[in-house]
Amino acid sequence: MNKIVEKEHFSEKVVKLVVEAPLIARSRRPGHFVIVRTGEHGERIPLTIADADIEKGTITLVVQAVGDSSSKICELNAGEYLTDVVGPLGQATHIANVGTVVCCGGGVGVAPLLPIIKAMKQAGNRVISVLAARTKDLIILEDQVREYSDEVIIMTDDGSYGTKGLVTNGIESVIQRETVNQVVTIGPAIMMKFVALLTKKYEIPTVCSLNTIMVDGTGMCGACRITVDGKTKFVCIDGPEFDAHKVNFDEMLMRLRSYN
Amino acid sequence: MSEQITSAPRDAQWREELRKKYTAKERTAIARVKMPELDPAYRVTCNEEVNQGLNAEQAVVEASRCMDCPDPQCMKGCPVSINIPGFIKNIERGDFHAAAVVLKETSALPAVCGRVCPQEKQCESKCLYHKMKKEPVAIGYLERFAADTERESGNTAVPAMAEPKNVKVAVVGSGPAGLSFAGDMAKRGYDVTVFEALHEIGGVLKYGIPEFRLPNAVVEVEIDGLRNMGVKFEKDCIVGKTLSYDNLHEMGFKGVFVASGAGLPRFMNIPGENLNGVMSSNEYLTRVNLMGAGRPDWDTPVLRGKRVAVIGGGNTAMDSVRTARRMGAEVAMIVYRRSEDEMPARVEEVKHAKEEGVEFMTLHNPIEYRADENGRVNMMVVQQMELGEPDESGRRSPVAIEGAIKEIPVDLVIVSVGVSPNPLIPNAIPELEVSRRGTIVINEETMQSSLGDLYAGGDIVRGGATVILAMGDGRRAAAAMAEALEK
Repeated sequence: MNKIVEKEHFSEKVVKLVVEAPLIARSRRPGHFVIVRTGEHGERIPLTIADADIEKGTITLVVQAVGDSSSKICELNAGEYLTDVVGPLGQATHIANVGTVVCCGGGVGVAPLLPIIKAMKQAGNRVISVLAARTKDLIILEDQVREYSDEVIIMTDDGSYGTKGLVTNGIESVIQRETVNQVVTIGPAIMMKFVALLTKKYEIPTVCSLNTIMVDGTGMCGACRITVDGKTKFVCIDGPEFDAHKVNFDEMLMRLRSYN
Repeated sequence: MSEQITSAPRDAQWREELRKKYTAKERTAIARVKMPELDPAYRVTCNEEVNQGLNAEQAVVEASRCMDCPDPQCMKGCPVSINIPGFIKNIERGDFHAAAVVLKETSALPAVCGRVCPQEKQCESKCLYHKMKKEPVAIGYLERFAADTERESGNTAVPAMAEPKNVKVAVVGSGPAGLSFAGDMAKRGYDVTVFEALHEIGGVLKYGIPEFRLPNAVVEVEIDGLRNMGVKFEKDCIVGKTLSYDNLHEMGFKGVFVASGAGLPRFMNIPGENLNGVMSSNEYLTRVNLMGAGRPDWDTPVLRGKRVAVIGGGNTAMDSVRTARRMGAEVAMIVYRRSEDEMPARVEEVKHAKEEGVEFMTLHNPIEYRADENGRVNMMVVQQMELGEPDESGRRSPVAIEGAIKEIPVDLVIVSVGVSPNPLIPNAIPELEVSRRGTIVINEETMQSSLGDLYAGGDIVRGGATVILAMGDGRRAAAAMAEALEK
């Protein structure tokens, strides 16, 4: 049982939860995720760790209510408990000083992107962050992103905030004006697919962080398998980060619909 | 390993008297008991245990078939050398509690082993009755009877415990190897903590083996028994992730037993294997057994199929195909590349599967899966096989018959072709010696790894074996670790 010590609504369907998990807070690195279960009959779902506080022994999760299980989590309030939180899982992000890094996040993907933005900045990179959402209300964590970014570009589908357009338009505007050494993308699979197509055109190394269906999260079930460079990989233990140019996003998109 | 102290020695007076009670002719004239089973038509509608267990009368009669041999070969067939005639003769004389005590001297989980051990390949395969061309004594049924009777009586035997040593040891994984190690170390007076990655204790006994073969309640009682002995359980804790090997040292653990199991499901790397509706048996069984998929009010979903193909011929394949029948499959088939003779599954599992209407498509191997426009599998392409020369496993190897290819409509495929060791612990402890297959390298006598205080057993060492072999590993590791710590 892990106590929720703080809850904040980013938007109607997106909440931030600060959760007691001292061992995970201590051992997690950017890129890691946890498996969370709510209720004794609950489902196990993966959530990327957005932040951690070793002293307070807490981790931060940002959850979007999309299905029954994520909605249940979003309904919990501070003082209540998550039934199970296990982790940190997956491989940590490889952080290095490569020069200029464009970090692009779509929707709640900005939450797991934040620790990577932070680490990339601390490693000495020039960090340009591109945040994208359908509309203004869905842009999250902008202030925190600004704190660790040299520049922040906001893109909204409806033009209600920042520039009207897709995340790819924002990235391309940077690529056209300066040298970009690496791109990191986290967001909906369809968004990452188009980011990968764009950066492949410019031959810029691109890392994506994938969120697939999982059960155990430790390599046992294989529900999260995807194809990378023609080979089957498990997101939970081989990932969640992969070379975006080698991921078969169409297969991943199809697999995400398994239970729809 | 060879602790010969037993509460039922062969020269005990009661055993000598019992041997004289019937002649050999009288004993051998009795037919082997039949296990009472639920009706197949009923059992595919539910998850109730198929084998109903013997009643006391049946058990006593079956126990009287045992000849109480001077040199019991059955014990040599048992990986943990249970005093088999000792517990059986206690049943014959009606002291069922004493029978359970004898079992617990060597086995941490007798109610589990009595249900899932392949007795026909172990103890029962060595029984004297085979020489007389008769069916062996039903050792497994009797083991289950003794363990169940003790449990149902509420008067469970707590084994003799040594004085607390105040020395902490850690166990990684709460499956059969870990539980058996934990029990043995607790008995020796060690302060034992078991770390489990999942949210339930029991490992494969919970997520893998279905309730119709091993009810969770049976496993739960065994775990409670360990709790009563002072064993602590920490769920949701992954050693190598949540806690490092160094963290365990900082926490004061003087020894670590790694029994993290065979984690990764194998796939065949054939076209279409990542389509929706194709999944590993680990995923399918975990969803249904551990996560409650298919039961009302449980959140986890599972795909259902009308025509389900399970690929493989082992116990896990049988568990999967029988689960599929219970989840509503109209046609549930086993697709196996060799013939039924080579199938690694237990005879009883195959029999039960057939009674439940499972179709056996032996000498066939899938080579491709195809899908509908939504990406859901709807066709399996199979290659017909024939048997060639024996391979390194000693079984005749399957060879493709050229051009003999069939298309079979299916809407769910469960791949059950084995598992590979979970790389989590080896990855987290780079200095640990690991084989090319990814198993932890150990000294077979002591189960000690290349790191002095780290021992390992079960499938992380064997790659894929049985509950009883895993338990035997746990026992050996406990004996060796205790000896090393007491030096």
